[in-house]
Amino acid sequence: MAKDILEKPESFYKVFERKSGSNKLTSHYCPGCGHGVIHKLIAEAMDEFGIGNRSVFISPVGCSVFAYYYFDCGNIQAPHGRAPAVATGVKRALPDSIVVSYQGDGDLAGIGGNEILHAANRGENITVFFVNNAIYGMTGSQMAPTTLIGQKTTTTPYGRSVKNEGYPIKVCELLSSLEAPVYLERVAITDAKNVMKARKAIRKGLQNQVEGKGFSLIEILSPCPTGWGVKPVEAKKWVEEVLAKNFQLGVIKDKTAEAVPEVIEQKKFTSEEISKILGASKNGSDFLYDKPDVKTNYQNPRIKISGFGGQGILFLGQLLSQSAMRSGYHTTWLPSYGPEMRGGTANCHVIISNNRIGSPLVTETDVLFAMNLPSLDKFENDVRKDGLILVNSSLINRNVKRNDVEVLYVPATELADEVGNTKATNLVMLGAYAAKSKIFSHDCVLFTANETVKRKEFLKVNEEAFRKGMEYVLNNKQKENKEYDSVIFN
Amino acid sequence: MSELNLEMVNEDPNPVKKKHNARVEIDGELCKECLLCIEVCAPDVLKVSESLNKMGYHPVEYIGDGCTGCGVCFYVCPEPGVIRVFKKNKVA
Amino acid sequence: MKLFLKGNEAVISGAILAGCKAYYGYPITPASEIAETAAKYFPLVGGTFLQAESEIGAINMCYGAASTGQRVMTASSGPGLSLKQEGISYAAGSELPIVIVDIMRGGPGLGNIAPEQSDYNQMVKGGGHGNYKLIVLAPNCVQEMCDLAILAFELADKYRNPVAILTDGFIGQMMEPVELPKPVENIPAKNWKVGGDAETKKNLISSIYLDFDELEEHNIKLQTKYMKVEESEVRFEEIHTEDAEIILIGYGIVARILQSVIEEARAEGIKAGLLRPISLFPFPKKKINQLANKAKLFFVCEMSNGQMVDDVRLALNGKKPVKFYGRMGGVVPTTQEILNKLRVLDASLQNEDSFADQLTDSYLKI
Repeated sequence: MAKDILEKPESFYKVFERKSGSNKLTSHYCPGCGHGVIHKLIAEAMDEFGIGNRSVFISPVGCSVFAYYYFDCGNIQAPHGRAPAVATGVKRALPDSIVVSYQGDGDLAGIGGNEILHAANRGENITVFFVNNAIYGMTGSQMAPTTLIGQKTTTTPYGRSVKNEGYPIKVCELLSSLEAPVYLERVAITDAKNVMKARKAIRKGLQNQVEGKGFSLIEILSPCPTGWGVKPVEAKKWVEEVLAKNFQLGVIKDKTAEAVPEVIEQKKFTSEEISKILGASKNGSDFLYDKPDVKTNYQNPRIKISGFGGQGILFLGQLLSQSAMRSGYHTTWLPSYGPEMRGGTANCHVIISNNRIGSPLVTETDVLFAMNLPSLDKFENDVRKDGLILVNSSLINRNVKRNDVEVLYVPATELADEVGNTKATNLVMLGAYAAKSKIFSHDCVLFTANETVKRKEFLKVNEEAFRKGMEYVLNNKQKENKEYDSVIFN
Repeated sequence: MSELNLEMVNEDPNPVKKKHNARVEIDGELCKECLLCIEVCAPDVLKVSESLNKMGYHPVEYIGDGCTGCGVCFYVCPEPGVIRVFKKNKVA
Repeated sequence: MKLFLKGNEAVISGAILAGCKAYYGYPITPASEIAETAAKYFPLVGGTFLQAESEIGAINMCYGAASTGQRVMTASSGPGLSLKQEGISYAAGSELPIVIVDIMRGGPGLGNIAPEQSDYNQMVKGGGHGNYKLIVLAPNCVQEMCDLAILAFELADKYRNPVAILTDGFIGQMMEPVELPKPVENIPAKNWKVGGDAETKKNLISSIYLDFDELEEHNIKLQTKYMKVEESEVRFEEIHTEDAEIILIGYGIVARILQSVIEEARAEGIKAGLLRPISLFPFPKKKINQLANKAKLFFVCEMSNGQMVDDVRLALNGKKPVKFYGRMGGVVPTTQEILNKLRVLDASLQNEDSFADQLTDSYLKI
């Protein structure tokens, strides 16, 4: 429907109340500035699509930082270069909104290079208007990433040199190598014909978003008479005769026709559903097993478990802690974390206590699980007098040097092999400790192990391994430490 | 959707000759004298005023006759509210 | 129902229970499990998880989401937080509620991934530009990672201010039983938001005030808000402070160690108590000053070169002596080493003549 009157679009505020000073009907832009024309084209398109109410305009840093003076829609002012990231946050939160990221050349191609690249690469369903005037207008005519070779600016007083500053960045061409963008076109604010092409491109960029088609960017070569130090009419000519010769006008990429509109469903969840989701895949417990009577020496143990990465050290610690939790104890589990987890030694600290636990760090150790020789070498001396050391005698071919501690030698790796899985060494050790300390019921440990093990085919092996460890201790319970030695090393 | 009659602007060698039922209104108080509109006006019906506006510019004004209603001046004008083009001779 | 969770997991449970609907972040040890847990749960509850292109991207996505009134969060560790500071300053200036988790690691620079408390200054004092403050909460256990996450969202909305959860690699990595609270039902309406609709299109989210009088006015408004926060939101825990001669002060994992120190010290007859700030801003300065009416000495422990200790000194304003013990580089002090230091302090206290001479104010290592 053709309009009979061309006038200020309704998507502009009638009066620019946010603008300071007494003149609230004109823009803050200099005479002949391209921003004003581009604003008008955008506002006109917003009118025609009827999207003013649901539009969110993101103003960057640069002369157009004050775009919110003019557009009668939701307005957000963004940090320099970050508008595409801000737009992403807005669009993901409000899929029905129309999000406009309006950026200059320094903003988009300089400081915000990464943000635009990735927003384009994700194919965010937003519309980006990239105003390229080859200069930093607001800060006083410094070089932009799109400044032409040889062009003089206040920071390239002898002209931009390829050697020092490199080549002007062609944003549309750069982004066109990405799969996701739907529509990339470069237009220019010059004569009537080009302005009308710009008008069409701007409309298409917004229409793509309205239809949910994906990422559109329209690069607009735009005059900056003040920044260039020329009169508006000359500036317009320079865009036409110089800038547009360096930056090819036209469609750089257009897959609008084949783009499939995205349908976003927003589902609401009840409180019950949310609680269930958070608890479902974790092994929660309401039910508590009885705390057995524990000998004083085994109460409130501070446990250190140490061995090779891959021996299930951290998991053994978690089983101890979780069994403790299910028996109503306070408990903490602290892993060594980081690179040493990947292939080196691993250890974790577990505290089980009747009282609130202070430091989760175990230095003075009540119980040491030494799963390999380096672990025993390293931590033997940290065990307190009358503490307990569980030695995986399958892998440790020496006796504990201390004679003021209790030692359980358990051929855990061999016992695990007997049940058909070397990896169940940790469960054998757990069984041995459970039998020795009686700190929690065997049912509790088995229940915890069954709940915690992700691969259910291991359940049976784990249970057998646990029983092996338990039985090994119970059957040898009358023997002294020395005799264990002879059992293993004879 | 309003489409600009570009053909008319660009192809008619002497558009002023035709009788057009259109006009342009310029709010001289808001004009910043960039002169882009004068530059693109095919029928050449815009001129710079001799008087100054409050901002200190000589605003552009319509000579009062000969507007084709092509709308090019509206689109090249960077100011949101300076130019109104009435394609047919309607009173706003 | 009790769950056995890592601190880094529990903070996501808390966030989801608080109605947080979006997580934008970038992986970094020792905070990565937060992103991983978010990636697992947010899609299940109709929320957004996005691994951003950078820390800067992540905080600005939060900026956008928060502008729409959505509850949103990000998480990182020291180097990542340094990158986020620009966005945090903008969020503070634009008064956007964003929850930011910092699982502190060793610095400066790349440092290491072991726990440290050296981000105190950048988070509590404002690492970005401008006269702003974050509300900063310091959990010291996994349950608090969950509970304080919920509180963080409530405070962020209440004051329209970014809120940081500041803790260390140990609290992030350790596992403890957690009781999940009920989901937050009533999230307050935000009439300031840009909601992409007719009602809110009049709104503007911005931190630019070109006129300096206006910007000063805006700054005064922010400072007034921070004063209100200081009046109403101070949180701390005390253990055995009633009759304490020496008040130990620490937060996060250090507070857990100090708790153990105090238990052992009391058994030896040393009258020590613990003040654990839970809110680092607002800092419990009145409480500390009040404790100085009885206590004779304050002993601050941190895994840093001494950052929070400055706030303790300001709170006391010379009223009582302050001693500091710090470890750096990811070294976590043991109960025993702090206890040894405490014994020396206590002995000096009992023999007042030599007290002043024998002790320097600050020890970085025994």
